[in-house]
Amino acid sequence: MISLQDLTKVSDYEWEIPQSFRGDMRGPVRIFATRELLEQIAGDKSLEQAVNAATLPGLVGAVVVMPDMHQGYGFPIGGVAATQFPRGVVSPGAIGYDINCGVRLLASSIELEAALPCLDSLATLLNQYCPSGVGVKGVVHVNVPELERLMRAGSRWALKNGYASENDITRTEENGCLEGADPAKVSERAKARGRAQIGSVGAGNHFVEVDLVETLFDPETAAVFGLRQGCLAVQIHCGSRGLGHQVCTDYVKDFQSAVQRYGIELPDRELVCAPMDSPEGQAYLGAMRAAANFAFVNRQLLAYSARRAFEETFAGKLKNWQLTQVYDICHNMGKVETHEVDGKRVKVCVHRKGATRAFGPGTPGLPPEYQQTGQPVLVPGSMGTASWVLAGTETSMLRSWGSSCHGAGRTMSRAKAKHDIHGDDLRRELEGRGIKVRAGSLSGLAEEAPSAYKDVDAVVETVVAAGIARKVARLRPLAVVKG
Amino acid sequence: MPFEELFHTADWSLRVWAADLTHLFVETARGMNALTGIKLAEKPRVRRTFTASAPDAESLLVSFLSELVYFAEQDRLAFDHFDLSLNLEDGQPFRLSATLHGAPIVSLDKAIKAVTYHNLQIQQTARGVEVEIVFDV
Repeated sequence: MISLQDLTKVSDYEWEIPQSFRGDMRGPVRIFATRELLEQIAGDKSLEQAVNAATLPGLVGAVVVMPDMHQGYGFPIGGVAATQFPRGVVSPGAIGYDINCGVRLLASSIELEAALPCLDSLATLLNQYCPSGVGVKGVVHVNVPELERLMRAGSRWALKNGYASENDITRTEENGCLEGADPAKVSERAKARGRAQIGSVGAGNHFVEVDLVETLFDPETAAVFGLRQGCLAVQIHCGSRGLGHQVCTDYVKDFQSAVQRYGIELPDRELVCAPMDSPEGQAYLGAMRAAANFAFVNRQLLAYSARRAFEETFAGKLKNWQLTQVYDICHNMGKVETHEVDGKRVKVCVHRKGATRAFGPGTPGLPPEYQQTGQPVLVPGSMGTASWVLAGTETSMLRSWGSSCHGAGRTMSRAKAKHDIHGDDLRRELEGRGIKVRAGSLSGLAEEAPSAYKDVDAVVETVVAAGIARKVARLRPLAVVKG
Repeated sequence: MPFEELFHTADWSLRVWAADLTHLFVETARGMNALTGIKLAEKPRVRRTFTASAPDAESLLVSFLSELVYFAEQDRLAFDHFDLSLNLEDGQPFRLSATLHGAPIVSLDKAIKAVTYHNLQIQQTARGVEVEIVFDV
């Protein structure tokens, strides 16, 4: 177990585990956290997992860990690692089973006062149109050839089929399509799981939420993002569903033998990896990108469904009820990006697992309107608590591989949450605070109770103080749909 | 029940023990069923068979449990009786031949996304064999 005594304090918000801490590390671990947040994770294995991540062959610079970190399985949640391109490795476990899990934010000009009488029926319609829960089917059914086209084209598939606008595409990370997706490298089993689930939320901590834009910290940037104080917004949190889970399962299994072929020694079998320029690495990258594109389409179809619910609720009652996309971000992903290392611009494969890309102003690839502001960084809080809209900074490009936090981060196990918290009590508490709840499972609701998570405000204060993001707006939940 | 849930901040972790490897596989499957709160219909009873091979027992266990995850999600089937045959000859890939007996799922509290290799190691202990396994949920 790693203790606070093993960490070197860089500032009140930044700590380091030096490369010398363990002989097999290939770089240091940089942790963005306050002492209080570090003490909260002292009981779990996140720091040990970060040290293990620092043993990946071809690692460049430091493994970075965000303040919402917690123990995962192999790679810590909240972790970021960059490897040399193309000779370094890609590790499926460092991206995770829910490939391209992410968050989409839609803004409106619907004022709270006008929405309040309709909030209950809006929550019911969102629950009806955005299928959630264990084993639910999605809203679109495609055959395998169409699924393969979807996996190649990503959000462009949704545009072509009338589920997206051009604005949705340009305001999605990577324009909603990773180049190099290869559906032929996705197993038949993964395709079978994905075909039935396009346009569904799933379960766990995934949700569709209606929020109020309560506070603006940077009105000018908020205006560029399309956020209006006192108006409604919608967050969609989900990923690639069973398709992504199966892709990761398949390749973690395949890579068990690949590490032996390439003579790679690792402290944890879940970190298995292969050189990016190897046939195994290329196959995984093709499949992972196909799953990522599937996830972009999944969130796009949920946005389409949310718009249906808003239209049915508000059209004819309000003049401007439309939902405009702010941004769609990924927080479980592996991407080849260019970063500055020792004064040189180099290509690296950035693995983000439970960490959000947070590109600063002027970074290529951002929509023109976000070139001055930096990209929106979407940080959903735990259920019933605030969420944040931040913006990427120049510092994030230099200190954290252009990354920031992705949420509040769990502190309590699911078993303890279910033991200590009753779902129906929690539902009553949330409803008492004016939050409409539509949940398929009361025990699932209990697992996601706010007390099972860190304080998202403390997490955000940390990344802001460390300079790797800046505050734009704070959102308050009004209605939540969960599986 | 020869299994117990261990602390894990976000996912599920299970310690399982049994007299031998075949029973360890069966008890791990039962532990997984218990974690998910899976409830089976009384009828119709169904039977599925599959075979798998792997370079080691841990990989074979992951393959076996991943098969159950797939059946649960894709076919809405779960199993409560397992006839397993393990072939563990030295120098050969480990082989599993399984006949699964079960029924359609009536309800499920929470699904498992995947079975992980995180720190996965089957160990000989005083109780026979023992494993700790983490599920992504």
